[in-house]
Amino acid sequence: MELTTQHFIALLPLLVTCTTIVVVMLAIAWKRNHAMAFVLSVLGLNLALLSVIPAVGVTPIQVTPLLLIDKFACYYMALVLAATLACTTLIHAYLGGESGKQGYPGNREELYLLILLSAAGGLVLVSAQHLAGLFIGLELLSVPTFGMIAYAFFNKRSLEAGIKYMVLSAAGSAFLLFGMALLYAESGSLSFAGIGAKLAADGLPSLIAQVGMGMMLIGLAFKLSLVPFHLWTPDVYEGAPAPVAAFLATASKVAVFAVLLRLYQLSPVTTGGWLNDLLTVLAIASILFGNLLALLQSNLKRLLGYSSIAHFGYLLIALIASKGLAEEAIGVYLATYLLTSLGAFGVITLMSTPYSGRDADALYEYRGLFWRRPYLTAVLTVMMLSLAGIPLTAGFIGKFYVIAAGVESQQWLLLGALVLGSAVGVYYYLRVMVTMFLAEPNLKRHDAPFNWGQRAGGIMLLVVALLAFFLGVYPQPLLELVQQAALVAVAP
Amino acid sequence: MILPWLILIPFIGGLLCWQGERFGNTLPRWIALLTMGLLFGLGLWLWATADFALAPAPGAELAWAAEFKVQWIERLGISIHLGLDGLSVLMIALTGLLGVLSVLCSWNEIQNRVGFFHLNLMWILGGVVGVFLAIDLFLFFFFWEMMLVPMYFLIALWGHSGSKGHSRINAATKFFIFTQASGLIMLVAILALVLINYNATGMLTFNYEDLLKTDLPAGTEYVLMLGFFAAFAVKFPVVPVHSWLPDAHAQAPTAGSVDLAGILLKTAAYGLMRFAIPLFPNASAEFAPIAMWLGVFAIAYGAFLSFAQTDIKRLVAYSSVSHMGFVLIAIYSGSQIALQGAVVQMMAHGLSAAALFILCGQLYERLHTRDMREMGGIWARLPWLPAVSLFFAAAALGLPGTGNFVGEFLILIGSFPAAPWVVVLAACGLVLGSVYSLAMIHRAYFGPAKSDAPLQALKARELYMVLGLAVLLILLGVYPQPVLDTSAASMHGVQQWFSGALTQLASVR
Repeated sequence: MELTTQHFIALLPLLVTCTTIVVVMLAIAWKRNHAMAFVLSVLGLNLALLSVIPAVGVTPIQVTPLLLIDKFACYYMALVLAATLACTTLIHAYLGGESGKQGYPGNREELYLLILLSAAGGLVLVSAQHLAGLFIGLELLSVPTFGMIAYAFFNKRSLEAGIKYMVLSAAGSAFLLFGMALLYAESGSLSFAGIGAKLAADGLPSLIAQVGMGMMLIGLAFKLSLVPFHLWTPDVYEGAPAPVAAFLATASKVAVFAVLLRLYQLSPVTTGGWLNDLLTVLAIASILFGNLLALLQSNLKRLLGYSSIAHFGYLLIALIASKGLAEEAIGVYLATYLLTSLGAFGVITLMSTPYSGRDADALYEYRGLFWRRPYLTAVLTVMMLSLAGIPLTAGFIGKFYVIAAGVESQQWLLLGALVLGSAVGVYYYLRVMVTMFLAEPNLKRHDAPFNWGQRAGGIMLLVVALLAFFLGVYPQPLLELVQQAALVAVAP
Repeated sequence: MILPWLILIPFIGGLLCWQGERFGNTLPRWIALLTMGLLFGLGLWLWATADFALAPAPGAELAWAAEFKVQWIERLGISIHLGLDGLSVLMIALTGLLGVLSVLCSWNEIQNRVGFFHLNLMWILGGVVGVFLAIDLFLFFFFWEMMLVPMYFLIALWGHSGSKGHSRINAATKFFIFTQASGLIMLVAILALVLINYNATGMLTFNYEDLLKTDLPAGTEYVLMLGFFAAFAVKFPVVPVHSWLPDAHAQAPTAGSVDLAGILLKTAAYGLMRFAIPLFPNASAEFAPIAMWLGVFAIAYGAFLSFAQTDIKRLVAYSSVSHMGFVLIAIYSGSQIALQGAVVQMMAHGLSAAALFILCGQLYERLHTRDMREMGGIWARLPWLPAVSLFFAAAALGLPGTGNFVGEFLILIGSFPAAPWVVVLAACGLVLGSVYSLAMIHRAYFGPAKSDAPLQALKARELYMVLGLAVLLILLGVYPQPVLDTSAASMHGVQQWFSGALTQLASVR
């Protein structure tokens, strides 16, 4: 296949990101400097984000059989890049200042390299239209995160979390590969559309194809931490450094869900089979268990971990609905979820800034925060309300869309689970919220620095909070954007 | 153009209060008072000037005394669409009045975080005004859910820590979860209605007027009506789902109780009249007997539990359950007289319950307890307050000459032709009402005194607040005509929707 300028323009976000990786690597080899590595990464990510705009101009275009750059891919690329950018600013705040006296004691610069690599994997993943592309993207996304999670390797919890994630992620990949093999055996094609066309021609999909698809679902469910494949989530979120947990919860999950959506829409093995029932069970279990287990947590990172399990349960409702509003609902929900999670983890990061052995993630450490850091509290309050889906915040719009998609395809059982889950969820979100306003205890271990609002991480956080509020009041721009970003099916 | 300002004024005022805290504790109070005064004044001005013969009614184009519309979320056919008729203007005037009172009654009670307190107070009232004005279903739901958050803060942060197992945070969370979960059920129903309309007409809209024309199959209509009813029943509160109310009232600060009993409960009755019945008239007619019996049950159950309370605020809270039972009967009776009685009853109960909660608050500031076993003999120790309490207790039991009497009388007489047995039993509930009202007076103010120390007399501010409410309640009792005139057209519309469906139902049977 011949590559023209058009193809390169379409690939620009990915190319820019990869160039940044090389540049940062060379810069580190030349001279270790935290500030320089940070500035180069941010610059590269911003350029990559900007280059999405020309890429939109040439869509839809197929670049090699593996990748398809359409508006859908561009939208999710932008989400992944924006999330990575936000996480990068958080990492900078978290690792600490220039002096080397305070903050993270080890080498700081490689974390940027890893997060950039992971982001490149995300970019490949959201534009994959081929099982090989999917696998390459997924591994490129996951493998650097092992290193990122265990980055504070001298901390036992971080190391443990890294190993745990690696083992389970490998298990998930094994499932995924086995499923792919079965699908290939049945259909003789590896491209999503090809599989779909072949299976549709056969009428009802055969058992082998269904099992193959089911195993792929399980593999992806590991990455999305859906119940019962969620066991790693709370431990990993707790052990990972806060900005890395933010990346795991946002960019990584968004990219995986985007590819799941594309796979699901383009190769409908699930029609008329038991796979939809399997997904329904996964969704209900995720919503209920995620919310119920979150009730018991007194650690904010674990709580957010369980809450993210529940949120992906809500998203599955839209995936199962899979027609009409569903695709838009997923786009809107993922964007609002991304904003909200970034905000919530951002506050935790700033509270734990600069690095000092253990993150400020115990709920009691947030007691009376309102009296010490009113604006930081306001940010976390907006995020909690948004996670709970209360009006005036972006989360409400997302939840509204998911309910609309569910009603449209008449998934009453799932909607019942959603109502129940939200009612339970309100309890722990409110608990976090009210804790911050209670009277202050005398112990003060951790606190955000006074000038947090003037650093890159703080500014990013304020922007996220304002955006979450703005989209809650006037969501029209986001809705228009998502409406544009529809999936395109290209003939195999 | 004035309608959006009715909503914006409290929101802006709240933000000013919050920032005004920098200049001391007094400034936020004055800003809040001014804001609420402005809202009340605007409400009265609208009441005096607008033409309330214009009100929505079936058949024709909907007419509003004032209307406002701008596009909001075009993708989904959502607009900021506000409409005012007689019912809403009465509710807004009540909101303004109780807003002024809730600022006044917290003047001494709230001493910490004054600015943030008034921010929450103003935002609750802004949300409530939004509920009373919104005629776009999305916007209505938006305000409906939005007022929960500041109310939650009000109870959780400034509430009284109660007895064992009744912490204020638990009470606030319970309130929030009940209303949020039931609200989501309503959201599902709203979306189902919108999508059915979309499938029929190809137009995606949340506009009240367009949705009124939706053709619904009978079974679907019933289910959707239940979805709406679930949300309104929790706020009302109808008995099986009322359990958040006494907890929330007992732990809330005085201003919170005043707003909760005075206005928030009325949003549910308003929602039934504005949305549930006109949108689903046939299902509502079919459901009416069940709703009315629920009302009777609420009257009796509320009264019995009220009598059994030792906490004076819980007593008043359960009496609200009992009084709102009358309103529920009236709404589902389908008679114009009863519906107008319901409006009077809502106003009167708003005034009398607010006054009783303010009095409880004043008592609490002096005695530092709400437990009636610790009271007794206060009549001798404190001038004015016991006498005023006696007046409002008498009003609550429906003494002629007070607004409550007019409301209950109209409700009973209007509903009698439709459901004689319901009315007979509800009228018996009035007797129970006098039992608990008088029991409250007896336990708290008479009997042997626990101590002889004189209590601090009422200040002018405290006294004029409750006396003013008493005057208004008597005015409403002896000359309810202005209220009846204002609500006539709106209630006529509701009645037409409902009776049309009733006759249809009768002919089918």
